[in-house]
Order: sequence, then C-alpha cells, then structure tokens
Amino acid sequence: MPDLIAKPALDAAPVTRGGATLALLDSGPITSIALFPGGEKAASKGLKTIGLTFPGPGTWVAKDAARIVWTGREQAFLIGAPAPALDGAAVTDQSDGWAGFGLSGPGAEAVLARLVPLDLRAAAFPVGRAARAALNHMSLVLLRTGPEAFELYTFRSMARTAWHELVEAMEKLEARAAVKG
Amino acid sequence: MRLTCPLCGDRDRREFYYYGSDDYLDRPGPEAPASAWDDYLHNRDNPAGITRDLWYHEQGCAQWLAVTRSTVTHEILRVELVAGLKGARE
Repeated sequence: MPDLIAKPALDAAPVTRGGATLALLDSGPITSIALFPGGEKAASKGLKTIGLTFPGPGTWVAKDAARIVWTGREQAFLIGAPAPALDGAAVTDQSDGWAGFGLSGPGAEAVLARLVPLDLRAAAFPVGRAARAALNHMSLVLLRTGPEAFELYTFRSMARTAWHELVEAMEKLEARAAVKG
Repeated sequence: MRLTCPLCGDRDRREFYYYGSDDYLDRPGPEAPASAWDDYLHNRDNPAGITRDLWYHEQGCAQWLAVTRSTVTHEILRVELVAGLKGARE
C-alpha cells in the first residue's frame, strides 16, 4: 500500500481581526463511535481504559489530549487520540472527513453570533458544552473550550468556505468597531 | 416558530425539514388490503386543532421528531424522538 501524506484542509495562517483569532487545528485522529442498540455499557467500558466516558447530549469531556464530543443520538466523536478497543459500537475513522478551527478572543462570541443561530453566551453555552448546529448553511460541530474559546468542526470539503465566512464576519466586526470609534 | 428538540434544545424552525403527517409511521404490512395502502399514501386528516407530524432535525442531531401542535393556535404541545416512540424499531 502506498504511503499517504496527511495534509491540512487548507493552507491558511492564523488571522486576528475584530477581537478574535481564527486558526486551523491539528486535532489528530477523529473517530466516530456510534452505539449499537443497548451498547452504551460495553462502549463505556472501552472508553474507560483511556479515562473517558460516553458524553451526554450537548456535552464533551476530556482526558489529557483526548476528548470525546457528543455529535448525535447515541453517537460521539473521539478527537485527539486513537480509539481504544471497544465493543457495543460501530467505530469508524473520520479523521480526513472533518476540518477543525479554533476561534478565540473577546470577540469570538460576536463572530459566531453572525453565523450560528444559537445563544452562545457563557451563561447559556458554558465550557463543556457542545452542539450540532449550522455555520451559515454548513453542518457544524461546535465546542466551547474556554471562556473565550471555541472549536469548530465542519466537513473538510467545506473548509475553505467556512474559513472565508468566519474571516468575513471578523472583518465586519472590526469595521464596525472602527466606525464606532 | 421554534421547536424544542429533545436532544438539542430550543432551535429555530429553519433547522428542520417538514415531512408530513405521522400517518407515515404506520406503514401497512405487505399483505395489507389496497384500502390500507390508499390510506397510508393518500388520505390525510386536515384538522382545525391538534395534529401530529414528522420533522427532521437536518441542521442539528439528524433525528426524526414527532411534533404535536395546534393548527389553530400554532402552539407546539410536544416534541418527541421518533426513535423513542413505542414500537420504534431498534
């Protein structure tokens, strides 16, 4: 089998505009864990070997570099660590299907407010929460990782569009701040 | 209009795709008479009041939802996962 060379989804340096910084994430492996009916107990046992539990709806949990994110009914993505051996679930490698972005800074919430139709203020969406939502028209997995930090995952095929729309929102916020003085 | 998805919470109507009446949940068996198939495929109630229909949470958790609502007041009375309904296939 030929050696495949892993490449980032797009060639883009971090951008800081409008009080927010957007950067590509090198998230490591992404594995979908889709439970079989009644498989949660067996899958949790496997996850326990790397210190994780199966996350409830709308949440994520982490242990060292590994984190597991709720992505749908009885489905989660294990990000940042290889999947342990586990029963009770369909385990598939999704690493090359998704592109990850980090968005941080005091303006991050305002940027997302232009693109994601959710209340993302810290009171409604604190650290540890995750959501399946839309980034404009694109499918999105969104995590809050800090008081001013989010991680966004979109389909890799849409990485360039997602980047463009995020930067555009950041530029518009910056322009608006300049007009206000 | 907003729907409270049992998994995702309160979400805008535009995240959902409307399918139709929950009659679609009761598919007749292969041996069912033609009249049952006629009902299943074509005949729908059009109530002024409570109705239940199917919505798909396309831009969220990708689950089918059974939404009970009033066509008179536009009130949403209940939103359930189709996967959690009695008789749903595992």
